[in-house]
Amino acid sequence: MTTITPYRPAVQAGRDGFGQLLRAEWTKFRTVRGWLIGLGVAAVVTVLLGVLTGGSNDIACATGPGSPVKHGRACLPPPPPTAPGGQPVRDAFYFVHQPLAGNGSLTARVTSLTGRYAAGQGPYPQLTTPGLQPWSKGGIIIKTGTKPGSRYAAMLVTGSHGVRMQDNFTQDSAGLPGLVSAVSPRWLRLTRDGDTITGYDSADGAHWNLVGTAHLTGLPATVQAGLFAASPDHTVINQNFGGGESGTSDPSQATAVLDRVSLAGSAGGAWTGTQVGGGAAAAAPGRFQRAGDAFTVTGSGDIAPVPPGDGNGLGPNITIERNLAGAFAGLIAIAVVAALFITAEYRRGLIRTTLTASPRRGRVLAAKAIVVAAVTFMAGLAAAVVAVAAGNHLAAAKGFYLYPVTGLTEVRVVAGTAALLAVGAVFALGMGALLRRSAVAVTAVIVAIVLPYILVVASILPVGTADWVLRLTPAAGFAIQQSVPAYPQVYGLYTPNGGFFPLSPWAGFAVLCAWAAAALGLAAYRLRRRDA
Amino acid sequence: MSQAAAAGQVRLPGRPAGALAGLRACLRAEWTKTRTVAGPAWLLAATAGMTVAVSVAVIAAVRCPAGMACPVDPGRLSLTGVQLGQAMVAILGVLTISSEYSTGMMRTTLTAMPRRSLVLAAKAAVLTGEVIMAAAVGVLGSVLAGRLIMPGHGFTAARGFAPLSLASGPVLRAACGSVLYLALIALLSLGIAALVRDAATATGIVLGLLYLAPVAAGFITNHHWHNRVQRYSPMPAGLAIQATRHLASLPITPWGGLGVLAAWAAAALLAGGLLLRLRDA
Repeated sequence: MTTITPYRPAVQAGRDGFGQLLRAEWTKFRTVRGWLIGLGVAAVVTVLLGVLTGGSNDIACATGPGSPVKHGRACLPPPPPTAPGGQPVRDAFYFVHQPLAGNGSLTARVTSLTGRYAAGQGPYPQLTTPGLQPWSKGGIIIKTGTKPGSRYAAMLVTGSHGVRMQDNFTQDSAGLPGLVSAVSPRWLRLTRDGDTITGYDSADGAHWNLVGTAHLTGLPATVQAGLFAASPDHTVINQNFGGGESGTSDPSQATAVLDRVSLAGSAGGAWTGTQVGGGAAAAAPGRFQRAGDAFTVTGSGDIAPVPPGDGNGLGPNITIERNLAGAFAGLIAIAVVAALFITAEYRRGLIRTTLTASPRRGRVLAAKAIVVAAVTFMAGLAAAVVAVAAGNHLAAAKGFYLYPVTGLTEVRVVAGTAALLAVGAVFALGMGALLRRSAVAVTAVIVAIVLPYILVVASILPVGTADWVLRLTPAAGFAIQQSVPAYPQVYGLYTPNGGFFPLSPWAGFAVLCAWAAAALGLAAYRLRRRDA
Repeated sequence: MSQAAAAGQVRLPGRPAGALAGLRACLRAEWTKTRTVAGPAWLLAATAGMTVAVSVAVIAAVRCPAGMACPVDPGRLSLTGVQLGQAMVAILGVLTISSEYSTGMMRTTLTAMPRRSLVLAAKAAVLTGEVIMAAAVGVLGSVLAGRLIMPGHGFTAARGFAPLSLASGPVLRAACGSVLYLALIALLSLGIAALVRDAATATGIVLGLLYLAPVAAGFITNHHWHNRVQRYSPMPAGLAIQATRHLASLPITPWGGLGVLAAWAAAALLAGGLLLRLRDA
């Protein structure tokens, strides 16, 4: 009897780990020249479309009624004051103040807030029409100084948003609702304790409610405390289809009547009236009158952030996401590559080899998703960095005002654009695995992500419907590119046309992720149930 | 068969000579290919169905409340679905030739019909015919939906919105023009697919060409460049044919816009046809 030894190959069996699977998929990806070219094309068109749309823009503005249109830097307004956070702000109001050294407290009762505005724009607007703006404001304020952009905390009554506590231009919290009048006055109080300023309101001067707390780091020992009034421009928004564009904007003025003013602490000197900032002051100069402890303060302007867009006084301005419009083009190229990453296997029959080598099908799909997402993210990140750098350089050279954002926001917008492309790639991969036909999968992805955006920005849909489209469709993911939030304390038009999405950046991105996860999950289910 | 052709004298029975007869044979072959696979029929049904579906959804969403000025072009609004229908048409146009390349059928086709430009012409003719049929259904459905729904949403005759009717010249132009638009999109897709062969790549290029222009136009604030994009890119220019009012404010005339799209389609077909002759299949 001879013993038969089974044949044992010298080569060791490959390990069945997930790492091995990832490596196999990565090898497939990097060895197909067309896919690498596609990835390169995606990066290039992302940069090119962004730079071309930005680069085609030119500054042209009329400096006044009847004056010729000028080009270039000739007509740029002076740079605006900025908040401690770096945002451009409007800081113009009439301030009746006196210095307050150290800790202390300021209390006043507002009995009336009225306003006037100019209806119809003219070269010399007359403030003849009575009426308040939604964010006309009057109240008490503690401010570092009278320099525009300096730190502050204020308790105020508004035209139609009740009592608010606002600080450092972007913070806003609500107090008592309702309009102020002689029969329903509002008591306001600000208390300084070190760097902390606390705001209270009361309807009767006896029962006080905490409205908010502001931490003004580095507040000097002596601050200016007092009363103020401001009223932003009367803005008429033509609410037509697709939100239209904002309409006319005319100067306005608010008058606040405050009494029982008391300043507790080491305050000294008399009440002084100062016009802080410029703006509409020339058309409607601020003033105050005093009778005992009662003050009537009249002022124009606003203490608020300036959102990006046209007609906000910043002159020609762009946000950083304007340079990333090319993500739409990149997404189309990425969708092609990612869909082919799976459909090409079906076309060539390679999928049978793949699934023989790695029979756990869900893991194959997961490995593919990870590889395509990682590769796309890297390419997208490089493209986004270049596009933002080139676009900002181009815009600065032309004299555009670059809307400043914090470093963290910039990282979120740039990396978010790369992540958007990566999740788009996973979505395309899932659709490719689900449909198995590359042309259909590519079309499905492009139509799902790009078409809703077009229908919304092309001003076909009314505002409400457009918002829902951008909440539910994968196009919601582009919210990750929005660098400046919509400020509820500034009346204006916040539409997708102007770069404002209905969902917050991360919520919108999550919607896209949900679509991608659904496509991938369905694809994994079908991959297991169906023969390859 | 190629030997027979080379000999020049052997004529197969039932195969008459002449370019016209050759075209007829090609057309028959292409028509047989189209009608014997399920894909094209589904895509044609999807073209008509999705055109009507999106149109109805948009028409249903838009209302003209009392007291508000509604700067809406009712013709263009009720034909919004064409913007999705064209994606289905693009797939159909691309697959007409790409699927032959991916399955290797192209070599059989070109062996049977060696006159390559004739093959492309036959494909274009069959494609145009079937797309016109499907597009007509989609466009008529959309106009009908507009006629039925819009008056109930505040677009009444009293406010200057006469019910949509094909008897009115501008609406007829918008409707027929939209059908032609979809046919031209199909031809553009066919030409690009003949150029690049791969279905996914061709689809990506066609849809990028179509959809990126309106996105870019939204980001361009320079008036001149904005106008140029609207005038010379296939989708915004071609869709100018849907305008039924305020023609003077359009960046390009309706028929001029369709002409721009036709030029794009012709260029793509020409380049595709040229490469088809110059390259091995």
